Amino acid sequence: MVKIEFLGPISREPLEIEANSLEDIAKALQEINEISGWLDKCAVAINDNMTNDLSTKLKSGDRVSILPPVCGG
Amino acid sequence: MELYQGSLNVKEIFGRWLDEESKSNYGAYIPFIGTVRAEESIEALSFDIYEPILQHWFNGWVEKAKSKGAKVKMAHAIGDVPIHTSSYISAVFSPKRRVALELIDEFVEDFKANAPIWKYDIIDSKRVYAEDRSKPMSGSGILAKREDI
Repeated sequence: MVKIEFLGPISREPLEIEANSLEDIAKALQEINEISGWLDKCAVAINDNMTNDLSTKLKSGDRVSILPPVCGG
Repeated sequence: MELYQGSLNVKEIFGRWLDEESKSNYGAYIPFIGTVRAEESIEALSFDIYEPILQHWFNGWVEKAKSKGAKVKMAHAIGDVPIHTSSYISAVFSPKRRVALELIDEFVEDFKANAPIWKYDIIDSKRVYAEDRSKPMSGSGILAKREDI
């Protein structure tokens, strides 16, 4: 199982799903109405490392973070 | 990197940083103070931070500064920060001014673009995501359907 965490203003509890790649995560999240609208503006991290490669492989125990638009300072 | 609940004690932090580097032989120390402004009916701003990725981001800047013989420092608030108080400060130390002046510009701009921090307005005691001022981080959108990008 891969854990998906939603950070900042996406107020939603983490999900756990079976996924072999980031592409699987994308497909799963596109099906969830409250989340799909965020996806075009969210960045992604795997185990706290930022990534922009959808083909990245995942293994059980990995943690995927979804990061909505930021504004520090 | 330092994180605090609520407003920053700017004088204490900048004073301590100055003391920490007093014998480091840096010729320039350039501080930046971010202060919450009174705008419309905002009572305060509030911040969420995701510390593990913020630490990675900051470590990258520590290395970049080091390669130029310089040092960066920063402090940020978590939670509510009333107007006219500080939510963010940073500083660059370097042997000569030019490196520090350029680094503080790049460092603060990249902070605004890529530090995993979320801002909310506090209006009538309610926390409202500052969506209009927020920017997608580098690499955003990879999970969206192709036609949505």
